[in-house]
Amino acid sequence: MQASVIVFPGSNCDRDVAVCIEAAMGKAPLMAWHGDSDLPKSDLIVLPGGFSYGDYLRCGSMAANSPIMREVVAQAKKGAAVLGICNGFQVLTECGLLPGVLMQNKGLNFVCRNTRLTVTNNKTAFTAQYKAGEEITVPVAHNEGNYFADDDTLKRLQDDDCIAFTYAAGDNPNGACLDIAGICDPSGRIVGMMPHPERRAEAALGGEDGKRMFSGIVEALS
Amino acid sequence: MSHINDTEITDAVVAEHGLTPDEYQMVCDHMGRTPNYTELGVFSVMWSEHCSYKSSRKWLKKLPVDGPQVIQGPGENAGVIDIGDGDAAVFKMESHNHPSFIEPYQGAATGVGGIMRDVFTMGARPVANLNALRFGQPDHAKTRHLVAGVVSGIGGYGNCIGVPTVGGEINFDKSYNGNILVNAMCVGVARTDKIFYAAATGVGAPVVYVGSKTGRDGIHGATMASAEFDDASEEKRPTVQVGDPFTEKLLLEACQELMASDAIIGIQDMGAAGLTSSSVEMADKGGVGILLDLDKVPCRETHMTGYEMLLSESQERMLMVLKPGREPEAEAIFSRWGLDFAVIGELTDTSRMVVSHEGQTIADMPLGPLADGAPEYDRPHQATPKAATFDAALLDGAPDMASALTTLMASSEIASRRWVYEQYDSMVMGDTLAGPGGDAALVRVHGTQKALAISTDVTPRYCFADPVEGGKQAVAEAYRNICATGATPLAITNCLNFGNPERPEIMGQFVGCLEGMGEAGRALDFPVVSGNVSLYNETNGTGILPTPAIGGVGLLKQLDKAVGNRFTENDLHIYLLGETKGHLGASLYQRDVLDHDGVFAPPPVDLESEAKHGALVRRAVDKGLLRAAHDVSDGGLAVALAEMCIGRQIGAQISAEGDIGFWFGEDQARYILAVSADKATDLEALADGLPLSKIGVTTGAELQFGDTVTISVSQLHELNEGWFPALMQG
Repeated sequence: MQASVIVFPGSNCDRDVAVCIEAAMGKAPLMAWHGDSDLPKSDLIVLPGGFSYGDYLRCGSMAANSPIMREVVAQAKKGAAVLGICNGFQVLTECGLLPGVLMQNKGLNFVCRNTRLTVTNNKTAFTAQYKAGEEITVPVAHNEGNYFADDDTLKRLQDDDCIAFTYAAGDNPNGACLDIAGICDPSGRIVGMMPHPERRAEAALGGEDGKRMFSGIVEALS
Repeated sequence: MSHINDTEITDAVVAEHGLTPDEYQMVCDHMGRTPNYTELGVFSVMWSEHCSYKSSRKWLKKLPVDGPQVIQGPGENAGVIDIGDGDAAVFKMESHNHPSFIEPYQGAATGVGGIMRDVFTMGARPVANLNALRFGQPDHAKTRHLVAGVVSGIGGYGNCIGVPTVGGEINFDKSYNGNILVNAMCVGVARTDKIFYAAATGVGAPVVYVGSKTGRDGIHGATMASAEFDDASEEKRPTVQVGDPFTEKLLLEACQELMASDAIIGIQDMGAAGLTSSSVEMADKGGVGILLDLDKVPCRETHMTGYEMLLSESQERMLMVLKPGREPEAEAIFSRWGLDFAVIGELTDTSRMVVSHEGQTIADMPLGPLADGAPEYDRPHQATPKAATFDAALLDGAPDMASALTTLMASSEIASRRWVYEQYDSMVMGDTLAGPGGDAALVRVHGTQKALAISTDVTPRYCFADPVEGGKQAVAEAYRNICATGATPLAITNCLNFGNPERPEIMGQFVGCLEGMGEAGRALDFPVVSGNVSLYNETNGTGILPTPAIGGVGLLKQLDKAVGNRFTENDLHIYLLGETKGHLGASLYQRDVLDHDGVFAPPPVDLESEAKHGALVRRAVDKGLLRAAHDVSDGGLAVALAEMCIGRQIGAQISAEGDIGFWFGEDQARYILAVSADKATDLEALADGLPLSKIGVTTGAELQFGDTVTISVSQLHELNEGWFPALMQG
């Protein structure tokens, strides 16, 4: 299995997620540079959190137009599993692999804290090791995590079972529509989420709820 | 067009540059002639209080700076200590007070950016940020605006660069109404054999500029930071620098990449006084001279004069001296990260700084006097009069226990800082074991089983009442907070914030606090390895409370042994370690419950007890005896117990009995320890004669004192959480 983590200038969770992938896979992922226009064929591609290109202009928008993203989109369309976390989720919406947009948090401030999530869809490539409806704790850390889409898109997400995670009742940190914390494409192979599973993947960091995202995808792909 | 150096150097020009007539005469003597305008500007920033420490040097020399753990003490960009296995912790704290009052977002943001550069200049990767903040009264007209701006600026910078903000402290006091304090601390980790220093050697070696382009921002920032404020200070907004954390992130990664090679001889960040101070310090420390060609400096504004380029404090810039011939590989790295790279000069053997611009030599100055020639002042200092002991008559008609405790839990000092720290990314890098809200933050050394314990502390109201005891207490509290996690305290950095040193009573506070800090550092084997002095923290002649902030760093060798400061379950036995005499002078109880602002003596600090009690806590943690440990500080025993209850909403039945002083006195060298029932006798045996007494057990959903006082833990929690959001909503 080949895993790749895309490194944009300003990515800052690239190492964190690489640590989790290595722990799950037993092999370090390839760290792929934003300016490259080649990406070795990858079974798993991760777009990490951070502030790609400083998040100037609009979060994720410049990253979505970087040379490497043409390759990411091409491989995604051929069946690679893609996970976008936080800024990576913003990039996925900006490049059109996932619908909707991440707006500024309703409270207007950056928010970093643990949130309780419900695993709404455990049939994605990344969530098979969770029980449907299971409640897990995973932290968020963002200023623009307020998921928004028009009513038709939201309905389609619901109808196609494309809502992967929701914030548990009363724990929505950003005002996202339908309490959406993460979504997937209809195939379940492309997942974008604001919470950071890589930050809660070992007991020393307070819990292991995020770990099954990584062991799950490795199991699914190996 | 006339050249800026044609400007005549009049008395008024000298005064505008913040130099006294005597200092100006010394400049002329060193130069052997009258300096031109550019040279005067360079001398003025190098000899500013901020850069030269001219009022404080005499006293800083008396601090303990040595120990087997110390790799690099004060005088470099940051201090370095040995944390075993070839790893080093690199850290420093620095003030950004004046800019943050004028422009809170950018002032605080660039404070964070600057301190991180100090750390990664040394070859370390920053792994933790902390902030010690002081604001004016909560109801003062500017306080909310300043809190919101500073917090947002700290988060905006640290979150983007991806270094977790793991702790800090906040006080509110009217003395900061017109002069807030923003002290930023950064801790990094390096390999002991890959530490980089500023000293530049090798005649002919290229001097290289990397990072952002130079603009006109921040010119004379160091001079501004060396003067008092008045009503016109807000007109100085243009002297506040503007930060770009994205560029700093690129600069960090590019520097780390280049540092993995052996191409760098010396490296220095362009902080206060920018290109001037970095080039002077590098060349002077290396005992060489330096030739700069300002035509090569990357600029983002047109028609900048040499004077402006030399004094600009534009952010995210570094100066390096490379081994000759290594420029191409270095340039390749920086251009890959999209950063400017320019050879702007070379080292010479002249011991002079010679600067050319547009084909002319615009400055030619001796380096020694620039770097070290500022006068060292032994300013008159008047010791703070001994404060009276607390007047017990003030307790007549004091409120009952429950209302005193609820008042304190919702007071500005004790209230939860969640509103603040949830705006900081405290978890990025995946090594934060204990973030904000604990006694000390715990950050794992990446890829190892050990952790750094980090805390910032000072109690300004103690320092005001008795600078010597207050100085001791600041060090002792940092020591205790680190011990409470189980870690061994190793060394401190400090950020010494005081008023105008030209006033003898202020200088007396400074001298007293340093005496206390020095004494505590020696007694606790807790040396000072770096620091910063911020004087002239006054507005319209009113000084701040003396605020010598301490940043302590300790090491926990096995991170799985760490304990937190919350009760973890029911049926734990609760012990108090340390002697309680009921000292209420300068306590939070005096200030916020009695609402009395008289000056009474703060609790004395017995350093021998601090050392013994700290060692006992560390041994108990090491043996796995403790479930929780918490330092007793502001608000005394009752508040410490309430804090331990509200973390996980676990109540306690307290059997100890005492008076107001017993519950709310702030006697030092005390900890609350919680142990499971089966470990209680082991803990008692370990105490071996130290004052350790069982005071209760954890149980239920209420905090009960004897049979008479019962307070619901959820109520305490709500009060504690409610204050800050209510303040910020106005």
